Amino acid sequence: MSLAVKSLALATPPSAPEPVVRLRNYSRRFDDNLILDSLDLDIAPGEFVALLGHSGSGKTTLLRTLAGLDDVAAQDVTIPSSRAVVFQDARLLPWKRVWKNVVLGLPGRDAHARAETALAEVGLSHRIDAWPLTLSGGEAQRTALARALVRQPQLLLLDEPFAALDALTRLRMHELVLRLWYAHRPAVLIVTHDVDEALALADRALVLDKGRIIAEERITAPRGQRSAGIRELRARLLGHLGVDATAGSYADVVARASAPNYAVAAE
Amino acid sequence: MNRTLSLLRPLIRSRWLSPLLLLALWEAACRLGLIPSHLLAAPSAVLSTLVAMTVSGELPANLAVSFVRAAAGLAIGVTAGVALGLVAGLSRPGEVFVDPLMQIKRTIPVVALAPLFIVWFGIGETPKIALIAFATLFPVYLNLYNGIRSVDTRLIDAARSFGLNQRDLILHVILPGAMPSLLVGLRYALTVAIVMLVIAEQINATAGLGFLINNARDFMRTDIIVVCLMVYALLGLSADLLIRIVEARKLAWRPKLVGA
Repeated sequence: MSLAVKSLALATPPSAPEPVVRLRNYSRRFDDNLILDSLDLDIAPGEFVALLGHSGSGKTTLLRTLAGLDDVAAQDVTIPSSRAVVFQDARLLPWKRVWKNVVLGLPGRDAHARAETALAEVGLSHRIDAWPLTLSGGEAQRTALARALVRQPQLLLLDEPFAALDALTRLRMHELVLRLWYAHRPAVLIVTHDVDEALALADRALVLDKGRIIAEERITAPRGQRSAGIRELRARLLGHLGVDATAGSYADVVARASAPNYAVAAE
Repeated sequence: MNRTLSLLRPLIRSRWLSPLLLLALWEAACRLGLIPSHLLAAPSAVLSTLVAMTVSGELPANLAVSFVRAAAGLAIGVTAGVALGLVAGLSRPGEVFVDPLMQIKRTIPVVALAPLFIVWFGIGETPKIALIAFATLFPVYLNLYNGIRSVDTRLIDAARSFGLNQRDLILHVILPGAMPSLLVGLRYALTVAIVMLVIAEQINATAGLGFLINNARDFMRTDIIVVCLMVYALLGLSADLLIRIVEARKLAWRPKLVGA
């Protein structure tokens, strides 16, 4: 596939220019609960980072900070001025047609043309005048992607964007996200529960637990050639998430864990 | 025989059957003298009175007077309701200031204010319009205020993450989101306006539907009373139709209407 060929040229991780995201010793608390605990985080321009973690680990809070939705007071936080979010629920305004959702808040007369281009890129030209509530889950998420990309963000935040989609649609969306990333090269932070999603998409995976980054794994193999080293990495990431998994594919891990004599089967 | 049955079948299933039957019974009872005309005029008499009053211009002239009253009261009430709803919905200080007053106002039945309004405004047009305005204010206020406050915060977050400023947020997210509630409030207001019109027109009216009814009562002209009741009902129906048209235009994005 053309993706694999392209990825060869892009195999080296971005060298070290100014990071687009820079957090130092960043904490966030609600009342007495410490949600984020003195985090350090850098994201390089064009880097694709996956953020893994359980529910309640602080993923959403971190994403809100990076999206500029929360007041960071006087803390040491740098985020780019151009950023866009794709949420798990597409969050399209139901009273605006698809193309108006795509260019929501953008000034300029060429709005319709820009929406057209962005929707063509996600393969939704035929739905340009549709009402959002008539879209399927996959179509809504593609609209949300178009709405994010039309802003040409330096930082694209994906908040479990495909968790609510069926497996086949999710596969198509993963392909689409990678294609768009190759074409536009924003820095991406994807929040996910899904280790395989992280391994397929990202350059780097972070594991967040109780407000701290407890693990960081670089995925150095180029996209399209990841089968070889991936099982070991997968087991390590699952281990960080508290799943006692042996190295292996999803099928084997689940089957072994459920075997009656697990200890023996795991040998 | 079979043909008559097959012709009758749609009628038997139709929702018109029972009202038509009632009309027929009513007419028969009047003709047979079971219901004297000073208690209730026959449907046929009502119909001919309706035609006569329309031709003479008596009905259209008085209807126009009533219509202007209701429209003026509604215009004032809806404008004030929207303004107060926006103030309370869009700002916390506004809410703290306005909402308690509106809740106090809600506890007072508007009809009970009629004597006070007569003392203040006399027995002309002003108290009638004031009553309608005062009664229609609340449903508009309450529904708009609730509508604004129940706009999905996730949508507001999303819009803010795309850099919408406060003005655009109100214009593109909050107000359209509150529109369905506002239209519910408007529908209530229209119904309330017609009820209040009936009540207000009992205050020494010299023209209007209420005036016709009061006069007819004095002469035991039940046919005229029934004609006026029909006109009140028609006013209510057309108000409802108006809101439906607005809803079809403004809420075209809702799936039910999209599918239709």
